[in-house]
Amino acid sequence: MAAHKESIGNVLRVSFLVCLVCAVVVSTASVALRPAQHDNRMLYRQVNILQAAGMYERGMDVRAAFEAIERRFVDIDTGEYVEMPDEYDQRRAARDPGLSRTVSPDPAGIRRQARVAEVFLARDEDGNLSRIILPVHGYGLWSTMYGFLALEPDANTVAGIGFFDHAETPGLGGEIDNPRWQQNWQGKRLFDDDGEVAIRVVKGTVADDAPDQEHRVDGLSGATITANGVNHLVRFWVGEAGFRPYLERIRDEYRGDDAADTRAL
Amino acid sequence: MAEAKVKDVLFRPIFNDNPIALQILGICSALAITTTMQTTLTMCLAVIFVMTLSNFFISAIRTHVPANIRIIVQMTIITSLVIVVDQFLQAYAYDISRQLSVFVGLIITNCIILGRAEAFAMSNPPMLSAVDGFGNALGYSIVLVFVGICRELFGSGTLMGVEILRPITEGGWYYTNGLMLLPPSAFFLIGAFIWMLRAWKTEQVEEQPFEIAPNTRTSEAF
Repeated sequence: MAAHKESIGNVLRVSFLVCLVCAVVVSTASVALRPAQHDNRMLYRQVNILQAAGMYERGMDVRAAFEAIERRFVDIDTGEYVEMPDEYDQRRAARDPGLSRTVSPDPAGIRRQARVAEVFLARDEDGNLSRIILPVHGYGLWSTMYGFLALEPDANTVAGIGFFDHAETPGLGGEIDNPRWQQNWQGKRLFDDDGEVAIRVVKGTVADDAPDQEHRVDGLSGATITANGVNHLVRFWVGEAGFRPYLERIRDEYRGDDAADTRAL
Repeated sequence: MAEAKVKDVLFRPIFNDNPIALQILGICSALAITTTMQTTLTMCLAVIFVMTLSNFFISAIRTHVPANIRIIVQMTIITSLVIVVDQFLQAYAYDISRQLSVFVGLIITNCIILGRAEAFAMSNPPMLSAVDGFGNALGYSIVLVFVGICRELFGSGTLMGVEILRPITEGGWYYTNGLMLLPPSAFFLIGAFIWMLRAWKTEQVEEQPFEIAPNTRTSEAF
């Protein structure tokens, strides 16, 4: 009996049966739970988009709220809208040499960038554009931080920022998730009067009467590298290699629409 | 007799033969996922589930498993259970699953599980092995919960996300201890746990490997 148990035949038989049973269990779990997992991921993304746009409330019906948000695709170079299939995945496209390009210089530490980016446009009840939500990402201290930057329809004023995927130190760099810090961004302006990128995360806090305070955001104490990462990624994504051509186009349209609006931009 | 033994198998690993405190196994995950109570408890439940079932299944087929492939068979069973747990978390507790990230998958490499499979389940009947797995997972959980409570309370001023000590960043008085949020603090806390445990149960104190002799050399010799 003992000899039989150690025989090559038994080794093969036991390993085959164990693998078969385990494979069936694992694949059943994976297939049966896939729809729920996919829903979770989509819901999570939508929640984050709404949060960045400042439209999220605890316990709200996310799906219904998301009906008011339109997903469009933008050619990074020209800033024009392009048509893409619904299942287009910007993160995957960034790894596909045919759909992306290497980034250089690369202040945000993202290496490759998809040629076509998603944007989300939120509209109010009258169908007017109320928020432009841009997906942004860049490297912090430990991890690539993925988030959304929401802008007012003037394509210059920040409405909110939020990160949905990062692995920065909890309590230090992880404070990028702190609503108090995120509130800092509200009302800041990305571009100066000449249309150059002026937004900057600075060390320490920004005094209300500081020069350029409308372009300056408080840093995070104890998390200089994470804060620098956020600084670089925001400047990169609203810069020439990012959404700047698109934002300039939106801004011109906006100014054309509201010729009477005398706000200096 | 059998009754007493089941009780023994279940409760011994909690304080008398704690897998972390006495055997110093499974430290890695104790460092990684104890920053908040929520992740800690999820991890504990995952380990309890995996360890109880892996011990049960491994013990159930132990008489058929050839000795030279036993480790890989144990690993296959443990891995499958861990993947099932991971899939469930992703489907029903997405937020926690994101916080735990790779550490659910790393339960596979938790030495306590393979250790119990090899040391206990391979030579005991299934039900008793399941009890042993459950007991050891409880022992592991006790240390994790202790570390988790300390880290979340002193690191963030909260417990289970409920504010206990109001931190300065929220306008309160408590200056959060940043060290508690970093992995090394778990080392100190586990050390403190072991110290307290051995002060209580002195039989766990290890014998000195050698005695330090008094210095016999006088200063005049130089």
